Amino acid sequence: MNWAAVAAIYRFEMSRFFRTLLQSFISPVISTSLYFVVFGGAIGSRIDQVEGVSYGAFIVPGLVMLTVIMQAISNASFGIYFPKFIGTIYELLSAPINFLEIVMGYVGAAATKALFIGVVILVTSSFFVDLTIQHPLAMVAFLLLTCVSFALLGFIIGIWAGNFEQLQLVPLLVVTPLVFLGGSFYSIEMLPEVWQTITLFNPVLYLISGFRWAFFGLSDVPVGWSLAAIALFTSLCLTAIWWIFRTGWRIRS
Amino acid sequence: MAMVEIRDARKVFDGGFEALRGASLDIEEGEILALLGPNGAGKTTLISAICGITQPTSGTIAVGGHDVVKDYRAARNLVGLVPQEVNLEPFEKVWKTVRFSRGLFGRKPDDALLERILRKLSLWEKRGATIKSLSGGMKRRVLIAKALAHDPRVLFLDEPTAGVDVELRRDMWDTVAELKREGVTIILTTHYIEEAEALADRVAVINRGQILLVEDKDALMARMGRKTLRIELDEPVAEIPAGLSDYGLRLEDDGRVLVYDYDTSAERTGIARLMGALAAEGIVVRDVATSQNSLEDIFVGLVHDGQEEEGVA
Repeated sequence: MNWAAVAAIYRFEMSRFFRTLLQSFISPVISTSLYFVVFGGAIGSRIDQVEGVSYGAFIVPGLVMLTVIMQAISNASFGIYFPKFIGTIYELLSAPINFLEIVMGYVGAAATKALFIGVVILVTSSFFVDLTIQHPLAMVAFLLLTCVSFALLGFIIGIWAGNFEQLQLVPLLVVTPLVFLGGSFYSIEMLPEVWQTITLFNPVLYLISGFRWAFFGLSDVPVGWSLAAIALFTSLCLTAIWWIFRTGWRIRS
Repeated sequence: MAMVEIRDARKVFDGGFEALRGASLDIEEGEILALLGPNGAGKTTLISAICGITQPTSGTIAVGGHDVVKDYRAARNLVGLVPQEVNLEPFEKVWKTVRFSRGLFGRKPDDALLERILRKLSLWEKRGATIKSLSGGMKRRVLIAKALAHDPRVLFLDEPTAGVDVELRRDMWDTVAELKREGVTIILTTHYIEEAEALADRVAVINRGQILLVEDKDALMARMGRKTLRIELDEPVAEIPAGLSDYGLRLEDDGRVLVYDYDTSAERTGIARLMGALAAEGIVVRDVATSQNSLEDIFVGLVHDGQEEEGVA
């Protein structure tokens, strides 16, 4: 393993993040506060409780997941798309490194940024609602796995994208609907039965459900399924990336 | 063992275009090899295949005895690449981007070495500047600094002076010459034949994906170099006198100049005999000048001949 190269890529990517630290920090704080005003204040006052948890607290895991997923994807996709766009990718391709090292550098950095923002949201939330975390270890594990797996997806999107519009396409058209329909802001039991069944095909549901279980001990699907789903998703992404580097698809002209 | 060994390298792109059609070439340690060829000849593809940016469809390439596909880590460790395009992250600082390059090659930080490289390239004062604030010539030197950051034994310079002003080009040549003195093997692709003439030990000509010729530059110029003698006459002549018909002379400038082509490597150039014949004809010579064919003429001739052989001229 060329650990020095992994560290070099990781540091290089993180330095971009630190250059814009204030923006990186302020925007999730503001958006989280807005969510609490709208969902917690306006809507939550009419819902009161979901399965014994106050609505304000109930949406915290979904809110964290929503932001973490979007951040992991956008950071990782931009991270690898930008060198492609400006041509500096030649350096990665001509360096004595393999695909795993490139992925660890870029995905590691993107996951770290997403994790940072996830924590910022959790802390911001705690100013609005009383949060109890029943299974802290599981919570951290779900958070980490989500950061990594969606950074992997973002990495694939970044390699696939041929322009900046395409870079936004998958997050907007696919991921946002999946996250919103995955029970971020409600329990799927609140849905009509047909929609409950349809929702079971949404992979994001399993993540949010598992993550919420770690907080409140309640879940839409058994927590084992959640773990299996995220493991499956991560391995699918890894396989895709392995194939991309083996064939040079969209990176080697 | 040659530093770089290329054996029957082929590259077929997805669309079916054959950029390399069985190229073979040995590059010796410590030499400067100029790789010449017209646009689309396969220069950049060949370099990309050696450096790992593209994979050859078939054939083998080894650097320092290490296969560039099977043993890519060892091979790439020896190689530095200065690409044709100025590909740099605009918001990054010079020092950081050079340090990044060293890290990418798995080397421990060595700020003293990086300082020497930046000083050599007159970039030390600019180490804290962002890339986008630099001039075009400086950006090119940053590319060289990045390529040298891991102390490579082989350096590929893909058209290093394209779009660079004359003064900077001279600076670049000095840099290349100094690297050669340090024992770095240098492969240079260029459109400027004068650059190859000035720098190279050997010249390779590539066209349509094949190496047409590899030869010592001086030997090549001597072997193929033809000289031209221009004889300025005191009085213009209307036509070439019959007594001079054996020399293949041409008349120029309304009969004021006689032009004589001769081969420098021939046993007799025929100049002395020609002069005698001129005197015998009663022609008074005012001045003479000789000029040597450049590498450029040789290059154009080679590429042109190659195309004619394939019937595509």
